[in-house]
Amino acid sequence: MNQPKYQIETKNLSISYDAHNVIKDVNIRIPAKQLTAIIGPSGCGKTTLLKSFNRLLDLREDVKISGKIMVDGIDILGPRLDVPDIRKKMGLLSQKPYPLPMSIYENVAYGLRIHHQKKGEELDRIVEQCLKEVGLWSEVKDRLHEPATGLSVGQQQRLCLARAIAVKPEVVLCDEPTSALDPIAAQQIEKLLLKLKKEYTVVLVTHTLRQAKRVADYVVYMYFGMVIEQGPANEIFNNPKNPETKAYMSGEIG
Amino acid sequence: MVISLCIVIGSLLIIFGLVIYNGASSLSIEMLTQTPAPGNALGGGILNAILGSLFLALPATGLACLVGIGIALYLQNEFTHAWISGFIRFTLDVLWGIPSIVYGIFCLMIMIYLGMGSSLLVGIIALTLLEIPIITRYMDEAIKMVPLGLKESAYSLGSTKFETAFKVIRKQAFPGILAGVLLGLGRGIGDAASILFTAGFSSRIPTSVFDSTAALPTMIFNLYSLPSGQPKAYAAAFILLLIVLIISILSRILTRRFTKHIIR
Repeated sequence: MNQPKYQIETKNLSISYDAHNVIKDVNIRIPAKQLTAIIGPSGCGKTTLLKSFNRLLDLREDVKISGKIMVDGIDILGPRLDVPDIRKKMGLLSQKPYPLPMSIYENVAYGLRIHHQKKGEELDRIVEQCLKEVGLWSEVKDRLHEPATGLSVGQQQRLCLARAIAVKPEVVLCDEPTSALDPIAAQQIEKLLLKLKKEYTVVLVTHTLRQAKRVADYVVYMYFGMVIEQGPANEIFNNPKNPETKAYMSGEIG
Repeated sequence: MVISLCIVIGSLLIIFGLVIYNGASSLSIEMLTQTPAPGNALGGGILNAILGSLFLALPATGLACLVGIGIALYLQNEFTHAWISGFIRFTLDVLWGIPSIVYGIFCLMIMIYLGMGSSLLVGIIALTLLEIPIITRYMDEAIKMVPLGLKESAYSLGSTKFETAFKVIRKQAFPGILAGVLLGLGRGIGDAASILFTAGFSSRIPTSVFDSTAALPTMIFNLYSLPSGQPKAYAAAFILLLIVLIISILSRILTRRFTKHIIR
């Protein structure tokens, strides 16, 4: 890991809902093709930060953002940008899986249809490949055209991952993707994330420290909207410089 | 619990039973296939009223849907101020509560002002006004109930607003919208007061929107007030009940069919 390339960089990023400051002057760098974990106690702005990366905060009207978010050297908060195009580069895995109200097949095909106009056999092939990649193919191959809501929550979460990688994003944003799952399903998702980081930049928001220790290469520790410390995982976990980080790591806060 | 069950099921059965019991002597195929015999209102059938009801309620429901979807989309628009949408929703709820006879006399007044006679057209307008609040509020609620997480998922896949609205939100909200539309249709078919003055009465099948027309509720009213017309009135009531029942069952089947993809 010598001199990693940075996929996402924020510069003096501040975000507020109404008058409430959620993210305060955040400067972080997220290395490409690695798994970055954003950790910290609940309600410290981790999810808000994550959702600012693909401009999902646009859906709320009372949000004010200042600063810069550079993705591949382009400020995605800048004017006259194609927002769907920005979002296409960033897959999202949310806390609770939200399959689209369609069949299993159509869930994965959705992104391919709207972006690449893929059809017929080629579409079938990519859908199969994406489902195989998340280990779901053998479980669903006989019921591809049944509603996605018939799957278990763990399967739905993997389907959401397959759906996200089908549009070939550069980054996969994960917002506590295992918090609604049972331990076995959670483990499957964790394994997949480790596999995915070879091809994609993975940003994982988690409030379980143990999960971060298991999977992260790079760690950002946040507390009340501020970044307290960031750096390679082994440094942060074994030798934190900031006393607050140390307190969190030892379980005193959070 | 058993008592309430008995009251609900019992009243339905008693209504059906009484209507059939009183109307059975007049029920016949001719009821469905013929218009009233000339010069004798008790002869012939009530085809004119059956068709009249459909000609009134179907276009009215269609128009109410058009208006409703416009209002519902406006209410969901992120640029609509909260107090404006709140006020519109409140107004719709008030309109929902207005008795249908008030819509009837309101349209009657406009009709007289414009120098028109009672006609299919004015009847359709009265029913449209009656159905708009029902259909709009159902559409509004159905769209509002779409979870934020689902919208976020759709946007995260790089959907535009249009794609999100028409490929994802529409599918999720459709069963709720359909339920509202069919409820509006059922209300429109069954309502007598709003069309009493506006659609008028005629024993012929209307041939243009400016003709007066009978509908099932007004036909029942008319028959019942004739000497010895009661059995036929009950038979007409049975047909009306049957139509409303078919609409309810249809809405159940359709809703179930479209609900299987829905996430909760």
